[in-house]
Amino acid sequence: MAGSSGISRRTALRGGAGLALGAASLGVLPLFGTPDRKQDPASCTTRDLSDSERRLIVSNWPGYMDEDDEGYVSTLTEFQKRTGIKVDYTADVNDNLEFFAKVVNQLGSCETSKRDMFMLTDWMAARMIQIGWIQPLDASKVPNLHANLIDSLAGVGWDPERKYSAPWQSGLTGIAYNKSKVKDVRTFEELLTRKDLKGRVTLLTEMRDTMGLALLSQGADPAQFTPDEWDNALDAVSRARKDGQIRAFTGNDYIQDLAAGNVLACEAWSGDVAAAEDPNIVFVAPEEGQMIWADNMLVPNLASHQGNAEEWINYYYEPEVAAKLAAYVWYICPVKGAQEAMEKVDPSLVDNPLIFPDAKSLATTHSFMALEEFQVRAYEKDFADVSGG
Amino acid sequence: MRRGRFTGYWLMLPAALWLGVFFVIPFYSLLATSLYDPEGSVLTGYDVTYHVANFWDAISEHWDELFRSLWYAGAATLICAALGYLLAYAIAFKAGRWRNFLLVLVIAPFFTSFLVRTLSWKLILADDGFVVDTLQTLHLMGEDGRLLATPVAVIAGLVYNFLPFMVLPLYASLEKIDGRLVEAASDLYASPTRGFLKVTLPLSMPGLVAGTLLTFIPAAGDYINAQLLGSTNQRMVGNVIQDLFTDTGDYAAAGALSVTLMAIIVGLVVIYIRKAGTEELL
Repeated sequence: MAGSSGISRRTALRGGAGLALGAASLGVLPLFGTPDRKQDPASCTTRDLSDSERRLIVSNWPGYMDEDDEGYVSTLTEFQKRTGIKVDYTADVNDNLEFFAKVVNQLGSCETSKRDMFMLTDWMAARMIQIGWIQPLDASKVPNLHANLIDSLAGVGWDPERKYSAPWQSGLTGIAYNKSKVKDVRTFEELLTRKDLKGRVTLLTEMRDTMGLALLSQGADPAQFTPDEWDNALDAVSRARKDGQIRAFTGNDYIQDLAAGNVLACEAWSGDVAAAEDPNIVFVAPEEGQMIWADNMLVPNLASHQGNAEEWINYYYEPEVAAKLAAYVWYICPVKGAQEAMEKVDPSLVDNPLIFPDAKSLATTHSFMALEEFQVRAYEKDFADVSGG
Repeated sequence: MRRGRFTGYWLMLPAALWLGVFFVIPFYSLLATSLYDPEGSVLTGYDVTYHVANFWDAISEHWDELFRSLWYAGAATLICAALGYLLAYAIAFKAGRWRNFLLVLVIAPFFTSFLVRTLSWKLILADDGFVVDTLQTLHLMGEDGRLLATPVAVIAGLVYNFLPFMVLPLYASLEKIDGRLVEAASDLYASPTRGFLKVTLPLSMPGLVAGTLLTFIPAAGDYINAQLLGSTNQRMVGNVIQDLFTDTGDYAAAGALSVTLMAIIVGLVVIYIRKAGTEELL
């Protein structure tokens, strides 16, 4: 019958077309692979136009720069006046990973990112330096950096001599609690075990911050720990989570819960506590030690105004300039001598421990060790298993 | 009439282009991601090696979250269907001149962002909030009981956020029903209940099916509610995928899990539509 042969032909054609489409689909998939992003900063360079072109293109986080106001001249305006360098300043860094995604195609294939400098947090700075996207700074052009950088930030694992990076602002990771609701919390251990805090504690989703504090409370050094120490610290957090001690792992959103009393005590960033300006919320350095982090100025490959960028770094490491900026942004100032200089800028801030932590507090700061990419994967996964599943 | 011959195709072109750029290419890209060599990394690049074991690894490791997503989304859809049907029925048949006003109220929440609405539930369900206080006063909840960071909060958030997607299609199909059919049923001595079951409900099925799909599909992939209203024990598969993509940087696992979720949902939807038997949707 004509009909039945027609149907079988149609079925055969359909099947054939389906197979062909399937095969073609599998064939095009490799087009969606991603290339190797490693570069060599020694060869991926360009001529420095700084002497002839007095320009500088900077990308920074929002709220990280003072602004001109009636009678107040910002540090940025002052810099342009003094050096004659015209600065294109954009606050377009909102998130480390987002910024990475923004520049990965250019910097990953040795094309210009059209920026002379950007500020990124330690771990992302480490990652970019490691894959060769960042130009070394000329130490002779940034003497203030090497003279005035506070000791706790001078030697970090991923850039021991500060050859590639200069901290812009920094902060501490410790404990915050609501003093109207709960008695003093002094150690990270208490967060994980104290009965009256059960179910009312939050920790941070940042692996390096949370595990840094956990490692410290196990007596290990986050800058140099063994796999066993890592496992012990992870166990401690995991146990607290299983017992229902920990309510959630959070990003920046813990402050509202802390103020509202849903959370009684938590792991916290000093900058958030300073910005909250709530008299009931207290930031404390855990007795076991606290973590310090910074957002770092970096000069990417193919930046055509590196010399101007170095002038900028050197300028912001003058104590007077740093004090003026600190009075505005309220983060921890990474510049020695700025506290004395603050007397003239705003005497009420000289003794603010959230801008100038005392020497005793700074002596207890630690930073997280530099991680290779495969370690990042393994540790992030371990941590996600605890903070998540 | 030569003019008409290709008109249909020309008219389809914008939609086809749109679908090609925003669905087909991303879909292939996601499929490729799920078949990446898991040894790769964001920095050293990923090659497509057709590593099918990614799927097995992802499913066996994140089975809990996959299952939880389906169960939260299923529960939310059922509650939405019950609440949404009542509301749509009332608006369609009992609201009289308030009908349009009530419809605007159903859509009104969309004037604020999804994120803000979900965050405000955090305030409502807070440990010291009035809901928890009231429940505790009535002894319906223990002294240290709470709503935030429990499955109840996450499912409530899902119900709240997706309810309009249930109400609108239900209303559209209820509103079309010819009142004379219900009158005819009662003329033939059907009780109101029987009239509803035999006339109104079957005629509103297309709306109910469309509503459940519009609710279940986005709810199963949602991660905002679990993130804001849940705790670490309420994580849904969307949260895992997000973590894998951003924090862990394990694109292969993230891609495999996304494709798995998509396949499960498409499978469930096909079975559901076959069973519900609404040809209108296919």
